[in-house]
Amino acid sequence: MTDATNNPPRHKTSLHTVDARTKRRNASEARFKMYGMTAILIGLAFLAILAVSIIRAGTPAFTRTVFDMELTLTQAEFEAAEKQLMKTKAYQAVFIDQLSAKLTEQNVQVAFDGKAIDRLLGKIGGDLRAHYRANPGDLGKPVQFTLPASSRVDGYFNGKVTRDTLVDSRFLEVSDLDLVDALHEAGIIHSAFNWTFITAADSSVDNPGGAGIGASVVGSFFMMIVVLGLSLPIGVAASIYLEEFAPKNRFTDLIEVNIANLAAVPSIVFGILGLAVFIQFMHLPNSAPLVGGLVLTLMTLPTIIISTRAALKAVPPSIRDAALGVGASKMQAVFHHVLPLAMPGILTGTIIGLAQALGETAPLLLIGMVGFVAREYPDGLAEGFLNANSAMPAQIYTWAARADSAFYDKAWGGIIILLIFLLTMNIIAILLRRRFERRW
Amino acid sequence: MSLIWLLGLVLAIAAVGYALGRTRALSSTNGDIRKLHSLPSYYGANVALKSAIPALLVLVVWLVAQPLIVSGVVSSDIPDSAIPEGSSRGLVMSEVKRVAAGLDGAVAAGTMSASYAASAQADMDDVTKRMRDAQQITPEALTPEILTAGQRFRAMVAQGKWAMTAVVLALAVAGAFWGLRESHAEFRARNTVERVTKVLLIAAASLAILTTVGIVLSLVFNTYEFFTMYPPLEFFFGTTWAPSFSGRGGSSELGIVPLLWGTFYISIVALAVAVPIGLFSAIYLSEYAGPKVRAIAKPLLEVLAGIPTIVYGLFALLTVGPLLVSIFGKDGFGWMQSGTAVMTAGIVMGIMLIPFVSSLSDDIINAVPQSLRDGSYGLGATKSETIKQVVLPAALPGIVGAILLAASRAIGETMIVVLGAGAAARLSLNPFEAMTTVTAKIVSQLTGDTDFSSPEMLVAFALGMTLFVVTLGLNIFALYIVRKYREQYE
Repeated sequence: MTDATNNPPRHKTSLHTVDARTKRRNASEARFKMYGMTAILIGLAFLAILAVSIIRAGTPAFTRTVFDMELTLTQAEFEAAEKQLMKTKAYQAVFIDQLSAKLTEQNVQVAFDGKAIDRLLGKIGGDLRAHYRANPGDLGKPVQFTLPASSRVDGYFNGKVTRDTLVDSRFLEVSDLDLVDALHEAGIIHSAFNWTFITAADSSVDNPGGAGIGASVVGSFFMMIVVLGLSLPIGVAASIYLEEFAPKNRFTDLIEVNIANLAAVPSIVFGILGLAVFIQFMHLPNSAPLVGGLVLTLMTLPTIIISTRAALKAVPPSIRDAALGVGASKMQAVFHHVLPLAMPGILTGTIIGLAQALGETAPLLLIGMVGFVAREYPDGLAEGFLNANSAMPAQIYTWAARADSAFYDKAWGGIIILLIFLLTMNIIAILLRRRFERRW
Repeated sequence: MSLIWLLGLVLAIAAVGYALGRTRALSSTNGDIRKLHSLPSYYGANVALKSAIPALLVLVVWLVAQPLIVSGVVSSDIPDSAIPEGSSRGLVMSEVKRVAAGLDGAVAAGTMSASYAASAQADMDDVTKRMRDAQQITPEALTPEILTAGQRFRAMVAQGKWAMTAVVLALAVAGAFWGLRESHAEFRARNTVERVTKVLLIAAASLAILTTVGIVLSLVFNTYEFFTMYPPLEFFFGTTWAPSFSGRGGSSELGIVPLLWGTFYISIVALAVAVPIGLFSAIYLSEYAGPKVRAIAKPLLEVLAGIPTIVYGLFALLTVGPLLVSIFGKDGFGWMQSGTAVMTAGIVMGIMLIPFVSSLSDDIINAVPQSLRDGSYGLGATKSETIKQVVLPAALPGIVGAILLAASRAIGETMIVVLGAGAAARLSLNPFEAMTTVTAKIVSQLTGDTDFSSPEMLVAFALGMTLFVVTLGLNIFALYIVRKYREQYE
């Protein structure tokens, strides 16, 4: 730009023809704009890839392959099975026998043996045993059962396991797939919605088909109750003090600095704090949702305090002045007038803080809330808080860390459930804000 | 009486106190509300606060203190002869606690009577058998000393529970009477209640300080403990990380250098992804994009920040890792052995940090006064020239602050590296090799382990201390830079 004055001998220039320098500058302008657009597009592309891969990999967790079969168990068979050392195995054998008989009867044109059927079955012995122990009246009568197939058969129906990629193993052989096809044609096995995944607890390492996220959803729920019940009142109280009452002094500064720093402390450090203070020092039970909730409360408090202070700040001072003017005390002005007006903003911030806490994993691992402790539903309210349980993200981590890749489907499916919860919470927050937000 | 009942009872006393206080104050002026100093509800609240707060405070302190005191007393009463060779008082004490829990369980299951559990002394085998019948965990060989200590433990816990219930309820009732006696027209109930409320507010705000103190103390004590077992110099300068698990014998090498290197390397890769994309996004959004594009693109980008890190971790492990292996692995360039590597974790962490960099930079670029831009346009500069030569230099300190905050996030990030970076601690320059970080090792050393006496576990606290100090330093430095910059225009 300054070059124009330094170089007086110039060729005739015109505003109508664009000279080389201007062209270059315009090109660089366009290029720069392109960089910006590309950056945004890359960012959005990452989001899209993430969304697509979650949905694609997660949906198989919600379907499973099931055997639909009528089974008759006689009293004698029941008693014989109960005497065996490996009881569930005995029930499975009964099932295999009857299925083989049925196949022969239906004249299915495929070679099979009991071992092949055994490979196709999930862990069904336990289900059968539980049913007959609970309903002894069903003994000797034909009962319609819907029982899970093994996770490898699930993989075959999802397209994960194909004839080309399958390597014969004790879990599944290529020839078994013919049997699967035949059974499918005969209508004995088909795909169904996997309610087990939604309702069951975590299963053992060798039974991916029986693994469900239900118990850890309950664990997360109890944790969120603790977080909500503690962080909302404490966060609001702290914000009211800092925003409305705190004098400008050293102590207030100290609190402010602490809150700002706590907001940036890595979440795993809160896990260490929880382990040392709540478990090592206070001897609270390991893996309890109560402890998880306490840790997450400390972690979300800064977030809630920051958003609550913004909400309180947004209430115009005229409201306080008017309240004070008609004789309210300062405390009354705040609690009767400012706080109700700030409530929508506070709730929005709280829900967002809760959503953040719901997705947090690392601190939970340190206090022992890993997935495999989520083996059963708690019996009652007190057990819900104190019995060992897991939480959704920790459960997902446990599945992801297992060697059997059938658990990966579960992990992705778990993520879909987790994201549905988070999405719902965020939508509620947005709606709250839209509905109640006031501009002054 | 269970804790929930006790809590409910205290609250019920407070509620009754509220109602009584209210009516008593009103009746002291024969129902004329104008003659009261405060609104009737304040008299009620005064009674409720006086009965509930001291009682609940004592309850909390008691709950924390009782287990400490009881275990202290019981463990000091165990004779030295009862501690077997190679064991410690702490181990024997946990055995005692197990026995106490087993006796509780057996009484609950009905395999022994309460008096038998409290006094049985004769036959160790019979006691063990009865506990086993109730499906309780029992020590392999129950000794009379341990049984006595277990019974003593049970008795003290039970006594403590009764004493606690009595003291807490007495306090609640006494507080209610104190408040009720005050409930008459001249008493300044509102001032009292407001003073108490303010104290409660201050207490809530101080929790932030308490949390920091808690973090620092829990780190410092356990780190100190660790350094009494392991030389600090070897920890800070050792270049091998090879913990052996206690029990299997052998000494551990716990050098932090490979972990710091892994952390640093992964963070650099993450920043190399996040900073260009985030910064250019911020520039485009704040300088070029129209309001419509901005209204759509900005929230969409911020969705990336709201996704839980476990999702990113799984994405790294199961999507990005295999993808990178198919390009750089055996079938491609042959640089990569397995899906977990510095690159995998770094790229995914970079994606996570994009919105972090872009939002902060966006705010900072928007804070640059329009007059600076107008001046530059007036001199004939194009938009990109203005951005490069005027806006960015003016925003630079803030942007550096934002990048430092992002770096502190990257260092403290856990789940992505636990799942995506591998578990081998290595000093290597190859970004396609698996490495591990401070946070990943904290998780692996602490998960499922509550034996606070082995250096292999305590080292996690030293790692946490290092992490805390580093991230805190980065945060303070970043905030300092951002604050200093803001003062120029405000």
